[in-house]
Amino acid sequence: MTQKLLPILTVILALLAAWYVAVVPMNIKSALTTAERAGADVVPAGAKERRDLSAIGLVATNSFAIAATFSQDRPRLPAPHQVASELWKTTVEKKITSKRSLVFHAWITLSATLLGFAIGTGMGILLAVGIVHSRAMDMSVMPWAIASQTIPILAIAPMIIVVLNSIGIQGLLPKAFISAYLSFFPVVVGMVKGLRSPDRMQLDLLKTYNSSAPQSLLKLRLPASLPYLFASLKIGIAASLVGAIVGELPTGAVRGLGARLLAGSYYGQTVQIWSALFMAAIVAASLVALVGVIQRLTLKKMGMS
Amino acid sequence: MAQEIVISAKDLSLTFATGDGAVHALKNVSLDVKKGEFVSFIGPSGCGKTTFLRVMADLEQPTGGNITVNGVSPSAARQARAYGYVFQAAGLYPWRSIGGNIRLPLEIMGFSKAEQAERVKNVLELVELSDFEKKFPWQLSGGMQQRASIARALAFDADILLMDEPFGALDEIVRDHLNEQLLKLWKRTHKTIGFVTHSIPEAVYLSTKIVVMSPRPGRITDVIESSLPEERPLNIRDSEEFIAIAQRVREGLRAGHDAE
Amino acid sequence: MSIVFFSIVVWIAAWTLNVKLANGTASGTRLVKVIVPTLFGLTLLLVWEMLVRGLNVPLVILPPPSLVVDTMADNLAILWKDFVQTFLKGALRGYLIGCSAAILTAFLVDRFDFLSRGLLPVGNFIAALPIIGTAPILVMWFGFDWQSKAAVVVVMVFFPMLVNTVAGLRETTAMQRDLMHTYAARPAQSFLKLRLPAAMPFMFNGLKISTTLALIGAIVAEFFGSPVVGMGFRISASVGQLALDMVWAEIVVAALAGSAFYGAVAIIEKGVTFWHPSQRGS
Repeated sequence: MTQKLLPILTVILALLAAWYVAVVPMNIKSALTTAERAGADVVPAGAKERRDLSAIGLVATNSFAIAATFSQDRPRLPAPHQVASELWKTTVEKKITSKRSLVFHAWITLSATLLGFAIGTGMGILLAVGIVHSRAMDMSVMPWAIASQTIPILAIAPMIIVVLNSIGIQGLLPKAFISAYLSFFPVVVGMVKGLRSPDRMQLDLLKTYNSSAPQSLLKLRLPASLPYLFASLKIGIAASLVGAIVGELPTGAVRGLGARLLAGSYYGQTVQIWSALFMAAIVAASLVALVGVIQRLTLKKMGMS
Repeated sequence: MAQEIVISAKDLSLTFATGDGAVHALKNVSLDVKKGEFVSFIGPSGCGKTTFLRVMADLEQPTGGNITVNGVSPSAARQARAYGYVFQAAGLYPWRSIGGNIRLPLEIMGFSKAEQAERVKNVLELVELSDFEKKFPWQLSGGMQQRASIARALAFDADILLMDEPFGALDEIVRDHLNEQLLKLWKRTHKTIGFVTHSIPEAVYLSTKIVVMSPRPGRITDVIESSLPEERPLNIRDSEEFIAIAQRVREGLRAGHDAE
Repeated sequence: MSIVFFSIVVWIAAWTLNVKLANGTASGTRLVKVIVPTLFGLTLLLVWEMLVRGLNVPLVILPPPSLVVDTMADNLAILWKDFVQTFLKGALRGYLIGCSAAILTAFLVDRFDFLSRGLLPVGNFIAALPIIGTAPILVMWFGFDWQSKAAVVVVMVFFPMLVNTVAGLRETTAMQRDLMHTYAARPAQSFLKLRLPAAMPFMFNGLKISTTLALIGAIVAEFFGSPVVGMGFRISASVGQLALDMVWAEIVVAALAGSAFYGAVAIIEKGVTFWHPSQRGS
């Protein structure tokens, strides 16, 4: 266990250290402007003169401002502890029902994600079963399913939101629709692969038992497809989350992680953007990890891990 | 016929630790292989025959005892490109043609382009694959791929050829044919060959010396100098002499088995 | 109502034809393999056209395909400018920079087993995150123009490409590595002659995934801020004006660009990894 943990921890610590170091040159210019306004002596004087100078040079000649780069109000690059403290303030220190709580916003996005994911996965599995059992469906739909993975479907998100809004469907459902769409195709492609994965030998064996198609499906194909399904589910749930976030952008929504990202971007609230991003990352990681845990438990129970 | 000793192992041991305790893959194995001999190693799974071959090739490190190849350590011999190794699977690179695969060691060892072309031609002729130089591995049958693998091992004129159950995955008819070819090749090139096999007839047919090994711990139970003549048509396998040697091998295997 | 009835008839007729073709004796031929999905797609378009016109579906909900084609024909100049901005300037440049950086990083990481053991899990983790969320930050750093879009694309393609390349470099079997060992090959020789060619299928898998990510990244990044040109910009602006025909026109362009990009990489893949079982149709 330590064998795997140590390299990972080292990489993470290295990344964090690099982040801290990068904060200084990124924020030095605004830090110097603030310092100058407070009366400090900056070399060279005047924000205009400094604008085109190299950040690293400015750090070298104005090292007194280094500490200030870590606590800027609207930093170009917030320091890790600034992001952490903002995260703490908007999650633990706020009531979950408050409109300023990041947990509240995360739940808004998460609920759309989960609903969409469930729908997309359900329909995807159904279509996959249909494709495997009907040659016409296979030859008509599969090429489109595969081709659709090369098309930037996410670009349609604004339109879907607006169209559904205009016929009265608002809020959770349009976002869930986008999420469903994004998880649908990976699940179809993966599930078809999985349902077809048993080798010739296994299928022939069931033939000698005179097994019907539904029986073969239940006893062989579905169990065999589970590893493939779980791989697709991991991709699908991450895609569903992205879909829900992007779904919050077009209509200028005020609730949800995407909305927080957009608001932070409009009002120049950098730390808010970063904390929303980290929250989205945490949600994504938790979802994928959850699917992974379910995968491990299920496959272990079936002796397939 | 020089009688110099090419490979010399004294009290060679290889023990490795597993979760279930120490495994003695090799224990106090001593053997001398003379130049030009065809030595077969035969025994059940776990007897150490492949491990022994791999130690000779510097693919495993012994934990005790001594072994020299061409008078130097296996590592030095490997650096001097003293041997060619043939694995159980052909292991040809699918992105290279047959000719390209044979060129692989030649490129690594720095032969000139002209030399490479000549060697490829010669060695393909030796294994009777001259027409397949431009073909790709997947276009060849299993037996042909193994022949290409042998050609690859011969391309750079190593004096020693180490072969780890090269024909194990092939059917018997192809195997017989390849056995014949290998013998012919050996007579033409006078290489020293170390050959690991599971098959008693194969071991007796091919070798001048048969080393019988048994497992737990991996050790040599018998070393048989073959009395068969150099000329060996396939039907020699029905001769009395052949059957007697095979019988002796079988007894050696059983002795190792019963001693467990 | 007659139009609905007619649409249903058309659908059933086309589907029956497809069933016949799919289960018939010629179903294995390339011709049939192309006809069936094409017929399916065309039928879909036809039914769409008939239902939208027949049921008088308002334009703000769903324009008919014929109108979309008209809009495309009328706005070729705008569509082209948007394509250049988003795809050529943003997506393609970001793709090239991001993939090259990822490949080089993978080569470096490969030399140090410790690094690769630490980087693979972290890289896998980051690749699963909603990287699109970095778009506002990158727009803040690199400005509104194509540079920020290219930056978003770089971040989006970097980790999948890195993970795939590292995995590909580890893909050699013990036997192949042993063979190199018996040749006393130097690490550089082993890298160039064995590990790099063996990694190609994985690398191309990453390159193909990245084509889709690149286009998505460039378009969605424009939702966060863009000069008045670009596919993402046009989509969100047209949505605001309820000019859905223009939106669909841009989507068609995006779809064509996406599949052409993917197809181009797939063709190169076929040439480079001709030897891999997946390319030999086994």
